[in-house]
Amino acid sequence: MNTAIDIRGLRKSFGSQTVLGGIDLSVAAGSIFALLGPNGAGKTTLINILATLSLPDAGTASVAGHDVVRDARGVRGAISLTGQYAAVDEVLTGEEVLRMMARLNGYTPVAGRTRSSELLARFELTDAARKLVKTYSGGMRRRLDLAISLLANPAVIFLDEPTTGLDTRSRQSLWEIINGLAAGGTTVFLTTQYLEEADVLADRIGVINEGVIVAEGTAAELKARIGGDVVELRDASDELVREIPTDGTVHGLRAAIDQLDALAVPGTHVSIRKPSLDDVFLALTAHDSQLESNLEGARS
Amino acid sequence: MTVTLAPKRPATVLTTNAVFVGRSIRHTLRNVDALIMAMVLPVMLMLLFVFVFGGAIEPGGDYVNYVVPGIILLCAGFGAASTAVDVAGDMTNGIIDRFRTMPIQGSAVLTGHVVASLLRNLLATGVVIVVALLVGFRPTANPLEWLAAIAMVALYILAITALYVAIGLAARSAEAANGFGFILLFLPYLSSAFVPTSTMPSWLQWISDNQPITPVIESIRSLLTGTEMGNSGILALGWCVLIIVIAAVWGTTLFRRKAARR
Ligand SMILES: Nc1ncnc2c1ncn2[C@@H]1O[C@H](COP(=O)(O)OP(=O)(O)O)[C@@H](O)[C@H]1O
Ligand SMILES: [Mg+2]
Repeated sequence: MNTAIDIRGLRKSFGSQTVLGGIDLSVAAGSIFALLGPNGAGKTTLINILATLSLPDAGTASVAGHDVVRDARGVRGAISLTGQYAAVDEVLTGEEVLRMMARLNGYTPVAGRTRSSELLARFELTDAARKLVKTYSGGMRRRLDLAISLLANPAVIFLDEPTTGLDTRSRQSLWEIINGLAAGGTTVFLTTQYLEEADVLADRIGVINEGVIVAEGTAAELKARIGGDVVELRDASDELVREIPTDGTVHGLRAAIDQLDALAVPGTHVSIRKPSLDDVFLALTAHDSQLESNLEGARS
Repeated sequence: MTVTLAPKRPATVLTTNAVFVGRSIRHTLRNVDALIMAMVLPVMLMLLFVFVFGGAIEPGGDYVNYVVPGIILLCAGFGAASTAVDVAGDMTNGIIDRFRTMPIQGSAVLTGHVVASLLRNLLATGVVIVVALLVGFRPTANPLEWLAAIAMVALYILAITALYVAIGLAARSAEAANGFGFILLFLPYLSSAFVPTSTMPSWLQWISDNQPITPVIESIRSLLTGTEMGNSGILALGWCVLIIVIAAVWGTTLFRRKAARR
């Protein structure tokens, strides 16, 4: 197995605030890795270090065999970054943006035109190619941003929350594109706040919370640790009265319902839902009672 | 589907700069309102001064020959001010981060803005001169003097653009850059652009005589209309070069700091 990204003991603080508290991760070449975590967990900070935008305080990281601190130029030649906020020239057309970026990537004008047309077609932007980017929808901008990232045929591509703020349809079309990238041999390192996104896309998932990786593994491995569905009891005004996680088995479900029954709390309807990101954190950080009560507090 | 493979090498420094110049020119052309404003406003001001105030300032009616050099500089100031906003925008909205993760020379973004500003303002200057000729401007310059005057204008545009680039880099947002830049636009009014400094109260006269815009205007006026040059030419050159050097050092420091990895 070839390692595309290797991170060891990576630390980063802003002032007195520790944002990354010693990250160790390894991502196999050609795989999709999802860094899953809530707002403020340190996802963008980690991506910025890997993409040579910022420096770590301690630890090492290499991307495509290049050290991110000592060989930034080597890293830059091997990666593309699609930032959290799509950054494309608003007053240019999609086609102009791509052709310009193609030139910067070293294409001749003719090759740049060909490659731009290919990418516009591949990302379903051919019809909008001559329209100004400022008229694009959020999903179209994201696709254009991604198309720009592909111009360099990068070995490793970083996507910071690629689908945040997109509607379901745009999200799914982006998922297909990302899957296609990995199928073509590109290593994809993405961040997300959505458990479902990590579940659908990633070969391996790292869960980050307050700058620490609290779990790492395949979706199946993580789910096994999280458990199964959650049983909820709500009152007449739809306020949550109580919720009980289950292990996903019929037996576990019955036990949860029995438990609710025994509590004899006021409530009018019971429902079963998939575990949310909160539940993942709750399960993964169960030893951390402070965090747990924070999450409880945030929910009730 | 055919796939064109990515080149092995990123763009050369020359290509990078050329691409960014093209980008900034496109931005200028797309921002039609600003472009028209940059030309119409100085022309309107010129017509205002020539036809409305001109009679009162110089009843003889030769005011147009006096005021045109001042209008040209005013025009350059207007046209360059948007550079600060463009630079601040690029530095704060994430665009620069993409360029920084590419193996190219990031500062070429700034070169693009400077060259675009120079071209935009020379165009606006041309428009001002054409309109001035239509309303009675009668320069006495020979071709060599014309060339020298245009070179002086270009140098002034470069100086003020460099200053605006630095202001754009110093500002935290495009809006702030716009606000700071506004201050510079007042300098031409406190110079010999519209009235000889000898007509001003002595304290104001001191400011006007010793600020950079007056010698630039006086030297252009001398080249175009044959007024006394004195030491204006050398002062103008000195001021412009000094401003460019200061702006370049300040701007480079700011760019290094902003584009540095933290
Ligand atoms: N440049 C910075 N200066 C100070 N604090 C920062 C900076 N960048 C990020 N932070 C802080 O670091 C924490 C993690 O931020 P970030 O990496 O953006 O999280 P995420 O991308 O997971 O939402 C946040 O608390 C944020 O306020
Ligand atoms: Mg983020």
